[in-house]
Amino acid sequence: MKSRQGARLDRKKLMADPIMMTTIAVLIVFLTLFILYPLAILLVDSIYSKDAGLTTSFFSTVLDMGTFRTAISNTLKVGFLVGLVSTVIGLLFAYVEVYVKVRTPLMGGLFKVVSMLPVVSPPFVLSLSMIMLFGKAGIVTRHLLHIYDNSVYGFWGIVIVQTLTFFPVCYMMLKGLLKNIDPSLEEAARDMGASRGKVFTSVTLPLLLPGLGNAFLVTFIESIADFANPMIIGGSYDTLATTIYLRITGAYDKNGASAMAVVLLTITMLMFMVQKYYLERKTAATLTGKASRGRMLIEDRSVTVPLTVLCGAVALFVIIMYICVPFGALFKTWGYDFHLTTKWFVMVFERYKGFKAFKDSFVLSFISAPVTALLSMIISYLVVKKKFRAKGFIEFVSMLAMAVPGTVLGIGYIRGFSGGLFRTGFLQGLYGTGAILVIVFVVRSLPTGTRSGISALRQIDKSIEESAYDMGANSLKVFMTVTLPLIKDSFLSGLVTSFVRSITAISAIILLVTPQYLLITVQINEFAEKGSYGIACAFATILILITYGAVLLMNLFIRFFGTSKKLKEAD
Amino acid sequence: MSKEKKGVRLEHISKIYQDPKSGKDFYAVKDTTLDIRPGSFVTLLGPSGCGKTTTLRMIAGFESPDEGEIYLGDEPINELTPNRRDTAMVFQSYALLPHYNVFDNVAYGLKLRKAPKEEIRERVLKILDLVEMTGMESRMTNQLSGGQQQRVALARALVIEPSVLLFDEPLSNLDAKLRVNMRTEIRRIQQEVGITAIYVTHDQSEAMSLSDQIIVMNRGVVAQMGTPQEIYYHPVDEFVADFIGEANFLKGKITAHEGEDGILDIQGHKLTMAGAGSFPVGRECTLVLRPEAASVADRGVLPCQVVLSCFMGSYQNYHVTVGDTLVKITEFNPKHKKIYDVGEKVFLDFRMEDSHLLQSR
Repeated sequence: MKSRQGARLDRKKLMADPIMMTTIAVLIVFLTLFILYPLAILLVDSIYSKDAGLTTSFFSTVLDMGTFRTAISNTLKVGFLVGLVSTVIGLLFAYVEVYVKVRTPLMGGLFKVVSMLPVVSPPFVLSLSMIMLFGKAGIVTRHLLHIYDNSVYGFWGIVIVQTLTFFPVCYMMLKGLLKNIDPSLEEAARDMGASRGKVFTSVTLPLLLPGLGNAFLVTFIESIADFANPMIIGGSYDTLATTIYLRITGAYDKNGASAMAVVLLTITMLMFMVQKYYLERKTAATLTGKASRGRMLIEDRSVTVPLTVLCGAVALFVIIMYICVPFGALFKTWGYDFHLTTKWFVMVFERYKGFKAFKDSFVLSFISAPVTALLSMIISYLVVKKKFRAKGFIEFVSMLAMAVPGTVLGIGYIRGFSGGLFRTGFLQGLYGTGAILVIVFVVRSLPTGTRSGISALRQIDKSIEESAYDMGANSLKVFMTVTLPLIKDSFLSGLVTSFVRSITAISAIILLVTPQYLLITVQINEFAEKGSYGIACAFATILILITYGAVLLMNLFIRFFGTSKKLKEAD
Repeated sequence: MSKEKKGVRLEHISKIYQDPKSGKDFYAVKDTTLDIRPGSFVTLLGPSGCGKTTTLRMIAGFESPDEGEIYLGDEPINELTPNRRDTAMVFQSYALLPHYNVFDNVAYGLKLRKAPKEEIRERVLKILDLVEMTGMESRMTNQLSGGQQQRVALARALVIEPSVLLFDEPLSNLDAKLRVNMRTEIRRIQQEVGITAIYVTHDQSEAMSLSDQIIVMNRGVVAQMGTPQEIYYHPVDEFVADFIGEANFLKGKITAHEGEDGILDIQGHKLTMAGAGSFPVGRECTLVLRPEAASVADRGVLPCQVVLSCFMGSYQNYHVTVGDTLVKITEFNPKHKKIYDVGEKVFLDFRMEDSHLLQSR
């Protein structure tokens, strides 16, 4: 079909805006080069090598390995169970918060802490404390229960730790959905004679079902992609992420690792597609209504008491797990000598170049955070407010990064950049530098930032920006004077989130980091692997302090400089 | 304002959208040609989905026409982006910048044009005076009422002295009383400034009270363009007659000619219609009768039966049936008139020149 005049004019208008055009072009290049290209290289590597030509032998080799097949089934088993249990616990928490009258402020505090934890916690903290509480020298197992040979390593260790790590994400997702259910629906069912249980099973649950599926799949993907926890607590129980890591760092089998990475990527990708294009749409279709008014909270003690006790117990358990880490760094020898000491901290700084590790981690994350935040705001602005042909591409690729496990991305970068672009040597200088680490940080945090930016922008009346445009502002001016000030909160939180995500990242970075950079997470991993829990805990404690400080700082910032409070009052 | 006034011309403008459900293309606006004179106040009126807002947004530049060309004055503007068009729009949701105060909102366009600070101040204050918002400069927009916000939005659009002012249902978020006030204000300001204004609304009383010209749109095409009087008294079809004010429709047929006149047969009753001699014999016609142009009487044009008689204060409201056609009648100042009760067989009376005859298509 001949292109319509309208489309042609839209294009012309776009061309008249050179800054927009450049931005779009830069974005396309960036996304293609640092997300699509490494993945494409993996695909090529898995079916082609110089010696063998086009071949399926890499796939058949890895699939013939018993260890790899076990790793696949291990990963899926863990992922399934973690997804299921996290969703159930998340639902429990969300339900209690939205539906049940929580009596004490203490409970409210517990809920807040639980929702904050996934933001501030480095990935393997729970694994560490799991080992310290329930391992062979664990306080609970050895000293309280006098079990001397308990093994936390393996399937159950991973499941418990991942569940505790990921259920807060489910809780936050489901909380948002439950709040959107119009209370009148449930009141109508009650009015018609349904018992409270019946209302839950016949109204609330069906409405929530796509959302539950969504939460399940998101957790499933996270669990499958998780590298740090299986690494530390998996023991001999290998998952895909760790197997791939060992394949490339231990066996130096690049084609094999690529083939494995493609298998892992295919699994996460399929789930991501189902999640994004099927479940998310369904969720939106069933839960579009806004709550028309406040909900009558359940006060019936036979409901509130067991539910709050259950939630309280889980929350308390999680908090104990976290508290364990700083103590791990303060006791002389965990499990044997409980005298307080600062020797681990001293060792971190004096013997293990702690200061350099923190500096490197901090500086790289500090550079990547504003880049990520700005980039994700620009992408969200383009996606929500502008129309142009490459828009679908930009949105898809930046969201796609969510489904790419860090390990896969790491291998892709090794294969894609170590010999320069397409192994021509072009851009070879990039590999092994801090710049590529920053780029990885950016790519890894981009999806979350973009997602929050998109949802923030969707709430802003389109005509506000149109009015500025109509007054004579060009796209850059509109973005700087209107859009950005209006989504300042989202921008600030994106800034901190990407900082925290970067400084706590490990899966992709561990494959790419060169000796000239010392990163905290890599250090923690190393010492935990060696069993030096005191030092690992000391590193982790300081890391938690940094991230927690960053989040506090952000909240202060938003309180004093944020716009949304003022805007919210206007409604 | 010393600036030369400009008109707006649309030549064979169409906009095609895709129906999200069926995936089929449809015309949101179809082959629309309009000539809006400089300095006039023109309203695009129609039900929702008639293409009026799309037309306005094409003039502003937010949408691009799929066919045809838009001219501002003599200059074709199809390729210009909204920020380069000499138009300014007042939005339905006011669309004030929530992080700026009143002064900065109004000054925004002038700052973009890099006007000197002193001049900005002077012009903003002058325009705020015009919209009667003096003294509110430092208020944040969320401290203003809806009516005040709309005044600021209007000031913001006026201050950059555009050639054309565009209104996209600016009053629909206000309550009824304020709406009436604001439309008088808008008309006063437009007259004072002498600017060309294009106004979109679905409210026919708004359109009547504001406009020099009304353009009635239906399903993407212009149904009729004319002064409020022309549109009210001489609607071109049943849609326009029904959309503007209330109308009764009596179906009939032309049976004969008498010189210039035509004989209209309504349910066996013969009416002589002046000027209907040009209608071919045998043509189905519809007689349009406004409720206030008709009355109930002991003798009259057509026999009828009263089915509803209701005292409304300033008028008596009747529903009568002529055959099986329901006719609504508004009889003003009923105090000294004879009141008829439900069930009475009486007559529907009206003067032929107060009715309007449409040929059925």
